[in-house]
Amino acid sequence: MSIFFDLYAYWVSILLMLAGLYIVIDHTNLFKKLIGVNIFQTSVFIFFISMGKVDGGTAPILEEGYRVFSNPLPHVLILTAIVVSIATTAVGLALVVNINQRFKSIDEQEIEKLELEEE
Amino acid sequence: MMDLNQSIWASMLVPLVGAVLIYIFKSQKRIIEIVFVGTALCLLGVTVSIVKLGDAVFHQTITLFEFIDSVPFAFHLEPLGILYACVASGLWLVTTIYAIGYMNANKEKHLARFYICFCIAMLAVMGIAYAANLLTLFIFYEVLTLSTYPLVAHKGTDTAKAGARVYLGILLSTSIGFLLIAILWTWSATGTLDFTPGGILEDKLSNELLVLLFALYAFGIGKAALMPFHRWLPSAMVAPTPVSALLHAVAVVKAGVFCVLKVTVYVFGIDLLQTSDANIPIVWVATATMLLASLVAIQQDNFKARLAYSTISQLAYIVLGAALATTTSIIGSSMHLATHAVGKITLFFCAGAIYTATKKTLVSELNGLGRTMPFTFTAYTIAAVSIIGLPPLVGSWSKWFLIDGAVSADQLIIAVAFLISTVLNIIYLVPIATNGFLLKPDDGNTKINEAPFAVVMPLCVTAVLCFVMFFFMPVIYEFLS
Amino acid sequence: MIGAHYPVLQVVIPLIAAPLCSLLPKTKLPWLFATAIAWICFAIAIVLLLQVYQYGPLSYEFGSWPAPWGIQYYIDIVGAFVLVIVSAVASIALLASRCLVETDIAPHKHALFYTAFLLCFTGLLGIVATGDAFNVFVFLEISSLSSYALIAMGDNRKALTASYEYLIMGTIGATFILIGIGLLYSQTGTLNMLDLRERMHAIGGFRSVHAAFAFFTVGISLKLALFPLHHWLPNAYAYAPSVVSTFLAATATKVALYLMYRVFYTIFGFEFSFDLLNLGLILLPLSIIAVVISSFTAIFQPGVKRLLAYSSLGQIGYMTLGLSLASKAGLIASIIHLFNHAFIKGGLFMCMACMLTRMKSTRYADLAGAGRTMPWTSAAFVIGGLALIGIPLTSGFISKWYLVLATLEKDWWWLAIIIVFTSLLAVVYVWRVVEQLYFREPHADCAYVKEAPPLLLACTWIMILSTVYFGIDTRFPVTMATAAAEALLQ
Repeated sequence: MSIFFDLYAYWVSILLMLAGLYIVIDHTNLFKKLIGVNIFQTSVFIFFISMGKVDGGTAPILEEGYRVFSNPLPHVLILTAIVVSIATTAVGLALVVNINQRFKSIDEQEIEKLELEEE
Repeated sequence: MMDLNQSIWASMLVPLVGAVLIYIFKSQKRIIEIVFVGTALCLLGVTVSIVKLGDAVFHQTITLFEFIDSVPFAFHLEPLGILYACVASGLWLVTTIYAIGYMNANKEKHLARFYICFCIAMLAVMGIAYAANLLTLFIFYEVLTLSTYPLVAHKGTDTAKAGARVYLGILLSTSIGFLLIAILWTWSATGTLDFTPGGILEDKLSNELLVLLFALYAFGIGKAALMPFHRWLPSAMVAPTPVSALLHAVAVVKAGVFCVLKVTVYVFGIDLLQTSDANIPIVWVATATMLLASLVAIQQDNFKARLAYSTISQLAYIVLGAALATTTSIIGSSMHLATHAVGKITLFFCAGAIYTATKKTLVSELNGLGRTMPFTFTAYTIAAVSIIGLPPLVGSWSKWFLIDGAVSADQLIIAVAFLISTVLNIIYLVPIATNGFLLKPDDGNTKINEAPFAVVMPLCVTAVLCFVMFFFMPVIYEFLS
Repeated sequence: MIGAHYPVLQVVIPLIAAPLCSLLPKTKLPWLFATAIAWICFAIAIVLLLQVYQYGPLSYEFGSWPAPWGIQYYIDIVGAFVLVIVSAVASIALLASRCLVETDIAPHKHALFYTAFLLCFTGLLGIVATGDAFNVFVFLEISSLSSYALIAMGDNRKALTASYEYLIMGTIGATFILIGIGLLYSQTGTLNMLDLRERMHAIGGFRSVHAAFAFFTVGISLKLALFPLHHWLPNAYAYAPSVVSTFLAATATKVALYLMYRVFYTIFGFEFSFDLLNLGLILLPLSIIAVVISSFTAIFQPGVKRLLAYSSLGQIGYMTLGLSLASKAGLIASIIHLFNHAFIKGGLFMCMACMLTRMKSTRYADLAGAGRTMPWTSAAFVIGGLALIGIPLTSGFISKWYLVLATLEKDWWWLAIIIVFTSLLAVVYVWRVVEQLYFREPHADCAYVKEAPPLLLACTWIMILSTVYFGIDTRFPVTMATAAAEALLQ
């Protein structure tokens, strides 16, 4: 059982990852798909952060009496990745807004139908 | 006097310069016609000067630059190439005059494009004739295919486009699909692509693989029109007749058989082919092509289509001669390359002249036309007899050597096949002449109605050549052997 | 000495130039500025290539923090070669872009367009220049995000959906790569590629390393548009503004391929990727399917831009095919084709750009008779098409030559036959266009269109002539590819 409870952070991130991917694949609503991508990315952030955690470790500040530190590098990396993710969401949302203006719909299937009619 | 280097350069540059000049003056019809004929004259001059260089320069290689994997882009001279260059450039001169007459008489459009492509095709022919290795040969082979495509599709009608599509499709797919693989295989087996007397493949491949490789070459050189890759030739007959004449009696098809000969002699080597029996399957394919194409030709009513199938059959003679791989048969093949070119171009010229004068394209419409077009029909008769192979016309020499080659290779069946094919030649060529002269015209018209002078003159010249060359053949024999 | 800073300047110059560009007024200044920046980058890339070729790999340590603690830029011959390709295409495309941008994009967006273009350019250069795995992810996202924006600027509304689809797939791909990086980091504790390589040797094949390998493979294949992860590409290239499709078609997938070389050869190493995990067994069938299916699909496309996009998928298949042969010859063939195809496809998309400026369409029927109205553009298309088929004297022939030789070296006859057979499919789809151009009468409303603007036409011909030049003088790509393959296999 310990594989579940000791590594619960990894299980959470795997669950989130699957949920995110499922949303991307299953939903036809472009907005919801985007949120799915977002959840998917977030799961990877959690994965990175939990990787850096060392049991019993503290913040990496040199101080008398502390010998075990958590790794700060993943946090730094994830800060960057979060910015990237926000940018992606922003571009994606801008696209959805534009799609809504020009197609009058944000449903994938309806848009496909409209595109087919155009040809 | 030019040296080797200069003359080979010149034979590439002359057609190129001609093409550029025609492009520059594309709106002035007179000038491009003069340039066109002038280019052909210059090219013939260059070829003559190359012949005069004599055999001292044979197999000296001129390397332009390294191309891939240290295979150079290179040229050399050898008897076969010179013979092919002579035939092509000599007949080109005649064809230019004919083409001008024909194109004007039939009011064809896009003359500049037509003449430019013609010049580039000649450039490719010269490149093929002098290529020193397989890669150079392959490059010019493809240039020839691509530059003749616009000529075949010249009329721009749907049938012309469909014909041209078949033409391009078969020639490109055989060359890329088989020939390129054969070349790459040769390269990976031997590490060289140079044409070397005696061949380069000895002890490199097992006999079974040699059979496969020889077949890849024979079918890959689609321009040799071995069955079942012969369809392009009849389809390409949608082209204007000068194109059919030069390209399908001389340049393109002869490029094909020339490549086969060159591969046989300088890549495989006659001895290797004989000891390994790699040639046997192709011998039978060529024999079958020779007979089947003749049989098909008999049934064709369209004059040009009949000539096209006759060409397929005659090309198979040459391939067969090459595949028999004896010295005599190779010489016979090389001679046939020249003699058939002269004969067949005359026949095509006649077909074009008849079309120009009367717009008739079917064999069954030609009854009695001999009376109204005496020059054309006399020339036709001479050329037809030459192709059948009777003395004192030039075709008899090559046929003699081919049959002799078959006998010396102990292939009596093949020798008999040659004789049967001769009978078939008579069946599909002679009736046109006899019906033309002996039957009454369908419309009763007996007034002389020849095509314009520029059309008739060339065909008379080539017909006379059929006769004159008969006496010069021993010289060529000396040259080749 | 500024010379020592070339590796970083290569990336930093366009990165700083991008925001500056957005501040420029609505004149032709943004164009001039972006073009100048691209040419500067091109010059730097050439200098870098010369230096690397002579003196071996260059490395640059940020803030003088020694690797593996600091971030390191590492440029070897492979990277320098790809940098030259990317910056060459970018500088020609930008030079040509003036009239294209004027017709395709609203005037108030010009400066922003060039900003996005420069950012995309930065990203692609960064992926190649950096020696740090996480940096790769960041630059990948910089280039992807800006390319989403660029594609969405196409005037057809389908450009928006195409861009959206690319965004979803691209983000998933990049995130997969991020997961791969994370897994490797968790095993080795380093992000520096060279350091990663050494520590990988030490730890061998843990299961998480295998998982990282799988995530990398899928992530990069998504960016590379390798079958069956290619669905985003055709629409994105077909509906993007012409200059964007030119640039992306010629560079974006090439850089993804470069990433593939880096990850499989430099980080994981040849033995691990090909002997232990049999990458070839996965890549080979996928590449073959990609080549065959996309060549067939290309034949039935309604418009030429889509045709070219599908043909790109097939050509990518050839490159991964060379890679999957797991031999030096195959790798050389792959790199040579990477180089040649960049110019061939760039040139062909430029031809389409020329036609779009005049005819507003690249559907077959609308191109009828363009051989007469736009002779130079049509001639360029024919030459580019011949190069795509692989006719001798064009660079496409050189690619095919090396690729077929690499298969023959392994005695894989069937594969050689597949390669030549698919070139014949290229004959079919190229010839469909050629017939339209030359043997049809122009439409009434297209009968009097003029030849494309001179600058655009000149740039098109530079691309096309370079395919002819490198088809005749093969020394440069062949020497570079051989050196690159040796460097990768070390």
